Amino acid sequence: MHARTRSLAALLLGAALACGATASRTASAADSNLLNVSYDPTRELYADYNKLFAAKWKTESGQTVAIRQSHGGSGTQARSVIDGNDADVVTLALAYDIDAIADAGRLDKDWQKEFPDNSSPYTSTIVFLVRKGNPKAIKDWDDLVKPGTQVITPNPKTSGGARWNFLAAYGYALDKNGGDEAKAKEFTSQLLKNVPVLDTGARGATITFVQRGLGDVLLAWENEAFLAVKELGPDKFDIVVPSVSILAEPPVAIVDQVVDRKGTRKAAEAYLRTLYTPEAQDLAARHYYRPRLAEVADRYADRFPKLEMFTIDGKFGGWRSAQAKFFADGGIFDQIYTPGR
Amino acid sequence: MALDAFFGPAAAPARPVRSEPRLVRGVLIGTALAFLAIFLVLPLAVVFAQAFAGGVQAWLDSLVEPDALAAIRLTLMAAAIAVPLNLVFGVAAAWCIARFEFRGKSLLTTLIDLPFSVSPVIAGLIYVLLFGLNGWLGPWLRDHDIQIVFALPGIVLATIFVTFPFVARELIPLMQEQGAEEEEAAIMLGASGWQTFRRVTLPKIRWGLLYGVLLCNARAMGEFGAVSVVSGHIRGETNTMPLHVEILYNEYNMVAAFAVASLLALLALVTLVVKSLLEWRYAGELAASRRH
Repeated sequence: MHARTRSLAALLLGAALACGATASRTASAADSNLLNVSYDPTRELYADYNKLFAAKWKTESGQTVAIRQSHGGSGTQARSVIDGNDADVVTLALAYDIDAIADAGRLDKDWQKEFPDNSSPYTSTIVFLVRKGNPKAIKDWDDLVKPGTQVITPNPKTSGGARWNFLAAYGYALDKNGGDEAKAKEFTSQLLKNVPVLDTGARGATITFVQRGLGDVLLAWENEAFLAVKELGPDKFDIVVPSVSILAEPPVAIVDQVVDRKGTRKAAEAYLRTLYTPEAQDLAARHYYRPRLAEVADRYADRFPKLEMFTIDGKFGGWRSAQAKFFADGGIFDQIYTPGR
Repeated sequence: MALDAFFGPAAAPARPVRSEPRLVRGVLIGTALAFLAIFLVLPLAVVFAQAFAGGVQAWLDSLVEPDALAAIRLTLMAAAIAVPLNLVFGVAAAWCIARFEFRGKSLLTTLIDLPFSVSPVIAGLIYVLLFGLNGWLGPWLRDHDIQIVFALPGIVLATIFVTFPFVARELIPLMQEQGAEEEEAAIMLGASGWQTFRRVTLPKIRWGLLYGVLLCNARAMGEFGAVSVVSGHIRGETNTMPLHVEILYNEYNMVAAFAVASLLALLALVTLVVKSLLEWRYAGELAASRRH
């Protein structure tokens, strides 16, 4: 009996190893092979961009490159890279998630200085998505704390997107009250009382608002709001741009450990660098991200209304300190949010 | 209760001893059917209605799209590896538990049930902790260029884990009930171990085995939680059908999402139909084997 179980275990392990060996060799018809681990809303953008880059790389280096995509919640994706998902590049929702990968030693701690503009080739901001005709007349942040207004936003504990939402509201309240933290806490606490349900992820919250029809206003990334309007009909929703919001910078980085092992550093670097070229910037704008290049931004000026935007670094001293102050256990979010209220 | 007290004395002498009053029967049957309709038939109908909302062509298009094809291929492949392995394991485990007495037998029985009681998410996480880069074996595996989690092997391992008990659970009570007399007789008459298994044991357990395999297969194709944790979500490569359904749904692509979901549902339905067909075809034989 013992012999039998042992040989069974050997069989299982052998099968697993055989699969492992074959899996690591598949999909290598191209000269180089990149894996871009990204977050949810960038799917359409990178589907187009990968074609653009592959063509460009072919003419520049004469080599073919195959790019594979992985999408999911930003935090989950960072976790999978830490646990060994072999991403050559990561393109996530917030710098904090890439910091986490850096803390695990998989990429250089100074990654954010490697590429221009805080390594964020495109930006976005937080806007309001309201029902067609704006029946509750929501114009600015102050309208969100009025009694009877239902606000949909995901849980900042689990969703990167929701942290931008929370900080946008908090930053607005700080500005309005001359930097008074107590007043800002009061404001965001009031806002959270108007949230009937905190979804775990940004897409989940969007689905709650647009498909399930819950709430009067959805706090969303501008690109997500545009996409929802485009996919589900311009006759159903309006986008409201507040007077002030936060500059959302979804950053990109090379995973040093992986590219050095796979020998793909050159291609990976070109892949991210090319995001800053006019063609790629135009692509980003077409997929509703705000381009960094002024010449491209000018062309899309009527799509992206001008508004006052503050940055994480300017207002909260960067993601690391914002994370510790607001979203760590016992942080400001925990202090002001009581579930079921 | 109240009804019984009310109708009881008058109705009691007239009706046969084991039959319920017509009203009770009606309520029971009605409740069962209503439950079935609301919780099974209606959702299934919605899945198919949504899937064909864009017409048959749109349904087909969403299934032959490369990422969907890759997901279907991966799901079938994972099931094709996991189910035979669990078949071998299930028979071996049931055999040794039903036929032999040894120390730690009850522990083994409990362990076999473990995947039923552990949340699938944990099932996925244990493999990440074991084979992930920060896990026990991760660094060694990477040095030898072997990828387990976030690739096919991880998905297969997670699938095997969650479908582990189906075959064994189906066989253990059956084999315990059947006893070992016939096998003993076969061996006395000079049959080898393999002959005994193939000509005596296998025919006796084949129905239980078939049920176990079908259930195991259905779960292997439908598993979401455990596979989601170890998948890495690489498009066209490590997304199984259930994961692909979720992705499409989150991309507002309802028709495609439900098209893939309907295919999954169809696979499950085919499993059920095959089971019923076999039951019907071999009804006599089945009754005979149950008599043991």
